Amino acid sequence: MGSQASTLLRHEELEEIKKETGFSHSQIARLYKRFTSLDVNGVGALSREDFLRIPELAINPLGDRIISAFFPEGEDEANFRVFIRILARFRPISDKEKSKDAKGPEPLNSRSNKLRFAFQLYDLDKDDKISRSELIQVLRMMVGVNISEEQLGVMADRTIQEADEDGDGAISFTEFVKVFEKTGIEQKMSIQFLD
Amino acid sequence: MASGLGLLLLLLLGQFCFQLLGTSGDSLQHHRSLQKDNGSWGLEETPENGSMVSAHALLFSLDYQHVQIPFEITLWIMLASLAKIGFHLYNKMPTVVPESCLLIFVGLIMGGLIYSLNDKSPPVMDSDIFFLYLLPPIVLEAGYFMPSRPFFENIGTILLYAVVGTMWNAFGIGLSLYGICQVKYFNLQDVSLLHNLWFGSLIAAVDPVAVLSVFEEIHVNEKLHILVFGESLLNDAVTVVLYKLFKSFCEMPSIKLVDILAAIGKFFLVGIGGIFIGLLFGVFAAFTTRFTKTIRVIEPLFVFLYSYLSYLTAELFHLSGIVAIITCAMSMKRYVEANISQKSHTTIKYFMKMWSSVSDTLIFIFLGVSTIGNNHEWNWPYICFTIIFCLIWRALGVLVLTFFVNKCHVNTVTRKDQFIIAYGGLRGAICFSLVFLLPEFSRKKLFIAATTVVILFTVFVQGMTIRPLVDLLDVTRRRETSPTVSEQILIRFFDHLLAGIEDISGHWGQYYWKDKLEYFNSRYLQKILLREYDQPKSSIVLLYEKLERKHAIELAEAGQLIHTPSSTSLLRSRETAVSIQSPASTNRDIMDNIQEILTTNLYKIRRVAPAYNRYTLPGEMGTAEQAKEILIRRHKSLRLSFSQSDSDQSQKKHIYSSSHGDSEIKTIRCQSLTGDSLAPSGVKYSRSKSECYIPSLKASGVEWMNEDERDKDQIL
Repeated sequence: MGSQASTLLRHEELEEIKKETGFSHSQIARLYKRFTSLDVNGVGALSREDFLRIPELAINPLGDRIISAFFPEGEDEANFRVFIRILARFRPISDKEKSKDAKGPEPLNSRSNKLRFAFQLYDLDKDDKISRSELIQVLRMMVGVNISEEQLGVMADRTIQEADEDGDGAISFTEFVKVFEKTGIEQKMSIQFLD
Repeated sequence: MASGLGLLLLLLLGQFCFQLLGTSGDSLQHHRSLQKDNGSWGLEETPENGSMVSAHALLFSLDYQHVQIPFEITLWIMLASLAKIGFHLYNKMPTVVPESCLLIFVGLIMGGLIYSLNDKSPPVMDSDIFFLYLLPPIVLEAGYFMPSRPFFENIGTILLYAVVGTMWNAFGIGLSLYGICQVKYFNLQDVSLLHNLWFGSLIAAVDPVAVLSVFEEIHVNEKLHILVFGESLLNDAVTVVLYKLFKSFCEMPSIKLVDILAAIGKFFLVGIGGIFIGLLFGVFAAFTTRFTKTIRVIEPLFVFLYSYLSYLTAELFHLSGIVAIITCAMSMKRYVEANISQKSHTTIKYFMKMWSSVSDTLIFIFLGVSTIGNNHEWNWPYICFTIIFCLIWRALGVLVLTFFVNKCHVNTVTRKDQFIIAYGGLRGAICFSLVFLLPEFSRKKLFIAATTVVILFTVFVQGMTIRPLVDLLDVTRRRETSPTVSEQILIRFFDHLLAGIEDISGHWGQYYWKDKLEYFNSRYLQKILLREYDQPKSSIVLLYEKLERKHAIELAEAGQLIHTPSSTSLLRSRETAVSIQSPASTNRDIMDNIQEILTTNLYKIRRVAPAYNRYTLPGEMGTAEQAKEILIRRHKSLRLSFSQSDSDQSQKKHIYSSSHGDSEIKTIRCQSLTGDSLAPSGVKYSRSKSECYIPSLKASGVEWMNEDERDKDQIL
């Protein structure tokens, strides 16, 4: 099952990935298998079309944004490292890691890294703030066709009003984090990766 | 409403009138007295006395014996259905009292009436009728509409609960009741250990019919639903084995170790044999439907015939009929639905729902009717302890098993879920029939009484209180303040994000086996069992093709790429502008409005498991609309980006190359009709064949597209 796939990854690479992402051997092997099954052309990297072939993603409102996250800075292909690095952010935070504190670099799947990833999906121009227009764009994607432009505007204004603390009319990363703090959605922020 | 009630009452009276007619031909005085009450019910045709018969025989003759059986059966079914209408007319009732309770109540009334008029016990539900005629439709419907993905994802947990849990319950209850019997005070010395264990085995079985009818109304999350549902269906195998085991033990003079080992082996045989028979008939059914293209009208018949045959065959060999019929339904579903016509498909669904609904109702009514009578020996200590032990052992069993489940599995079963599983272990008609099947021995009536009380207790008390308790549990977890707008939006955003990541990472469990199964399916099974190899198109695909065609036509007319805003005519037609108050109104109004707008309009997250609903067909609404909208939107934005960038790179990006024979993800190439006709004129359009990937949503396992969650408040 897993052994065949993992022999395609060199052992040192496997170790590197394991250290960087915190996945176990079997999880990495399984994700590699998934990677190769998505990569139908067998080029060793995924293109946007490969992602678009996932049926459920086609009907996810945020589908396009999520896919773009895998292709930073105008690149066309996502190799396995990039793939697994992004997925690693959504690994659940185990109790061991929580107590590690400031020992070494922050793990990929820390709470703030998860939130930062989500933040980056909003913030297209990468100015570290979610402006009103960016918010409206995302809202438009998430909401049905029955909502008019002014209503979207009102909603966006309301959101910014509630979340914004320093009054700059945009949501910065710290303010973004604060919104989630109140809700306590710890367990909702991760997905369980199967072995 | 009053008319409904009146009709019901009339029918009730008519019902037992005909009962009397059939059973006691000489009680003419009853007829006369009833005639006075009933007026124009139609009894005028009864001959008043013998002397008039000969004269009247020429004009009116009454030959009740001739039609008695079908007539009575039809009347019972009619009563059941009218009762159902009556309950649904009162919208308040189902929320307080689950329907099963009301039906039992009606049955009790009927039984009481029959008993008081006839002065003998009313007809007891014959176990054969129950097992051969009433139970299969319900189980078939459950199996056919079972959402298979969550079922297989949780199959380990379900099996654990069904097998280990039922055995735990059976032995626990049996042994503790034996302990009670030892107490001299209760006068129960003569109930032996074996009998107690036997009783334990039949009372431990959680009943799918009762569970289904109660769970309908409390709207639990899907995983929980599937756990309890699956468990109640599968524990039939264990119940059958245990029941027959103890039956044979009672008949044997002595029990050796070999017998016990044989029993364990028998259990596996029963389960696996059932599965095997189900698969066999499922494959046959699929194969048969391959050839029915020219005679569409009898297609639905095959589905029912084969399923019923699988049930009967399994029962023939003393294997588990329920497991067989479920397996048959689940295995043939995929291929049969691909082969048969759309109308046959709808017919099958409707008939299944109809039959199972009728069966369900009849079972509960009969349960009520059979309760009245002389069949009971009321030994209250035994009965009370039975109830107590049922509850205790179920709770213990669920706790212990969940502990193990949570260790091994990634999806944890929460405390609230555990409570619902334990409390939702309702007993129903299966126990009842099994207890009547017991051979006559001295204490049989005691068992019958105990079973009746347990069933009534679980259905009434547990059925009625489970909903308030669930709500109570929810309240303690609920936040004090409702989420603000920003929280709502951001959280929903995160949910969509997570759903997307899950899909990318191929989060579905047992991926390896699913892979293998898909491979096997595409290589061999599909070739044999499907008539046409290409997948039928779902409505989404048709919509997409329509969009493509429309776009192509517009292009042909205009001769160049039209910018997308105009092609949103499809979208616009559906846009109903919700008028909101002007911004000048107070802050509060706006906020309330927004909240309301948001909650209704935010796209729902892709549901993992569609909810199973008794009364509604899956695939009728809600999220299909949402998906269409999303697809249209993305189509639009893709076209927009086509037109905006005319560099080769963007063209290259948007030529989705298809690869046929992708066994994992079945796709359809939908070719734009712009094909070759525009090649000369459209410079920008040089990618003449824009092939788009539409995942064939029907077949590739995105089941929720077709089996959509229906808005839960629309029961009717």
